[in-house]
Amino acid sequence: MEIPAHPAQLEDLKPPVTSVGVIGWIRANLFNSPFNSLLTILILFCLLLAVPPFFKWAFLNSLWTSSGAECKLASGACWSVVVKNFRFILFGFYPYDQHWRPAVSVLLLVSLLLYSRDRRHWNQRLAYLWVVGLAAMGILMRGGILGLMPVETDSWSGISLTLLLSIFGLTAAYPLGVILALGRRSRLPALKTLSVVYIEVIRGVPLISMLFMSSVMFPLFLPEGITVNKILRAQVAIIMFTAAYIAEVVRGGLQAISRGQYEAAESLGLDYYQKMRLIVLPQALKIVIPPTMGILISAFKDTSLVVIIGLFDLLKTTQVTLSNPEWMGFSAEAYLAIALLYFLGCFSMSNFSRRLERQLKT
Amino acid sequence: MWRDPTKRAMIYQAVALTVVLTIGYYLFSNTQANLQKQAIATGFGFLHREAGFEIGESLISYSAANAYARALLVGVLNTLSVAFIGVILTVLLGTLVGVCRLSSNWLISRLASGYIEILQNVPVLLQLFFWYAIFHDTLPLPRESFNPLRGVFFNNRGFYFPIPVAHDAHFWMGMALAVALLAGIFLRRWSRARQDRTGRTFPAWSASFGLILALPLIAWAAAGAPTAMDVPHLVGFNFIGGISVSPEFGALLLGLVFYTSAFVAEIVRAGIQAISHGQTEAAMSMGLKPGLVLTLIILPQALRIIIPPLTSQMLNLTKNSSLAVAIGYPDFVSVTNTTINQTGQAIEGVALIMVVYLFFSLVTSAFMNWYNKKMALVER
Repeated sequence: MEIPAHPAQLEDLKPPVTSVGVIGWIRANLFNSPFNSLLTILILFCLLLAVPPFFKWAFLNSLWTSSGAECKLASGACWSVVVKNFRFILFGFYPYDQHWRPAVSVLLLVSLLLYSRDRRHWNQRLAYLWVVGLAAMGILMRGGILGLMPVETDSWSGISLTLLLSIFGLTAAYPLGVILALGRRSRLPALKTLSVVYIEVIRGVPLISMLFMSSVMFPLFLPEGITVNKILRAQVAIIMFTAAYIAEVVRGGLQAISRGQYEAAESLGLDYYQKMRLIVLPQALKIVIPPTMGILISAFKDTSLVVIIGLFDLLKTTQVTLSNPEWMGFSAEAYLAIALLYFLGCFSMSNFSRRLERQLKT
Repeated sequence: MWRDPTKRAMIYQAVALTVVLTIGYYLFSNTQANLQKQAIATGFGFLHREAGFEIGESLISYSAANAYARALLVGVLNTLSVAFIGVILTVLLGTLVGVCRLSSNWLISRLASGYIEILQNVPVLLQLFFWYAIFHDTLPLPRESFNPLRGVFFNNRGFYFPIPVAHDAHFWMGMALAVALLAGIFLRRWSRARQDRTGRTFPAWSASFGLILALPLIAWAAAGAPTAMDVPHLVGFNFIGGISVSPEFGALLLGLVFYTSAFVAEIVRAGIQAISHGQTEAAMSMGLKPGLVLTLIILPQALRIIIPPLTSQMLNLTKNSSLAVAIGYPDFVSVTNTTINQTGQAIEGVALIMVVYLFFSLVTSAFMNWYNKKMALVER
């Protein structure tokens, strides 16, 4: 091959202006075939029809701090229903002058979650931090010591209830799910049957039937005179439900560990518990971190079902606000606002899970 | 004894069983005592008693004088109808969105991914409430119904559409459709056999499609071509005639279909992406037309990946249809809930709910296993 004598003298040919830059991008991504061009134009037309009126409704003509009566006269969105009632929607029936306590608890939880996002922080210290953090949240919410006014769990509501049910639900369901998964993989027929029946029955019924069970059947199960708080009963139902799904995820992880690992552990003379605790589970649980995030996301969304048995979670406090005659008829605005809240939570979790999946794929 | 693994295993199992049975007995005896104390009847005798409540919509004739058993049957049928229509719409919409997500058109793929992200990440119950509120708050009263087409009325009591007046012709059209479907199946078998024998192809799909359209039309014309329509009209405060869809049903269907289709779209996208591009290129280099590449090479392989998670989504849709109770559509859970409230027999009610949904999932998973066996790779 002949090398040009003076490369500097050869001037680079510029690519044609139609294939680079903005025009090139538009040609390659929006008008790369007659059919695609037609679709692009059609969609742009539809967007032109839909977006400006929505923008007008949501921003230009909207009211943010007015009263309900003023809203009824306006043509735009009435965001005041959220702005004026945000404290009730977020914290529900928690005593009004004590709202800083659930607020601090939620902030504490969110910052713990954000801190745990970084894999460099995953060590024993993080576990202690979580224990301390959860205890602090419990004390803050419950009160009764350190000069805090005691608050009955019955009045815990709004976003704190939603977070409590989902985070505690997952934490408590996890060990139960691992035990069930081990039971399902066990060689002992009785244990295996019990686990399989539990997992398959729970996975076959809707969550709402479990919640009904907790609200109408559970009181019959207990001996006379003992009553269990409604929130705790719902929490138990959510834990039992989530555990079955975790068990299936963990089973997937256990199946992905090659037989050689089990055999190597046995040949070292480890007994069952040592084998599982030291060799199998650490590997299996690492594999199943991303699908477990998926379960956390569904648990977060599914806690909204407690509305049906009359607990005051985020969705129910919104509905209570909407049943106030002053704010009746502005459901679309209120539901959109809390949909945004749920979306932010779930979307950041699923983004995190996707990133984690890439990092763990070694 | 403790050092013998078989005996140790026996002891573990005996302990586990004893614990479970003891807890079970404890709960059972508590329940017995509580039921006796509160004088709640037990057993399924209540099924034959008069229900005494009306149900808004029903596929079979029902009145408050009917027995609880019939009320529950109405509920099961309502659940099944929502699930059936929902599954069909979800698969269609989900496939469309999943394909759009892979489109080379930037605008379309962005819109599809926005659709998927937003609908996946908002609780389905909230979506149901949202649609129900939209129908309830923004649609007009029956007197000022929105009237987009002649005979079609939308108002906050429901959606009303005209239907053809019952006529003998419809029976014959149905028969003609059945004949056309059968003929289509035989045509396809015959054309395949002939292709295997002689190598000549026959357009079996378009021919059977033509039959399915033509035969019922001929039957309709032969039976006198009835054109009378039963158009809904306002009587007092409500519409009578035609066919109506309640806002509850509409909201439930919309919410479930939008939510589940976002998951289906992701499944379809993953299934199509899992088939390597080499398969398409190999098929093209053998001289297959693009349509045949899709139906003979890509789809059979993609479906093998898509079908199992798709079935579990369909099952999820069926289970989520139980949220109907929150917006007042009389599905099975909602009817059972009313029954529990009236009779106080919570245990039987919740047990019925669980058994019915377990039955649905067992049937589905049996079908799935059969299908998986049929589609599984035949390996040496």
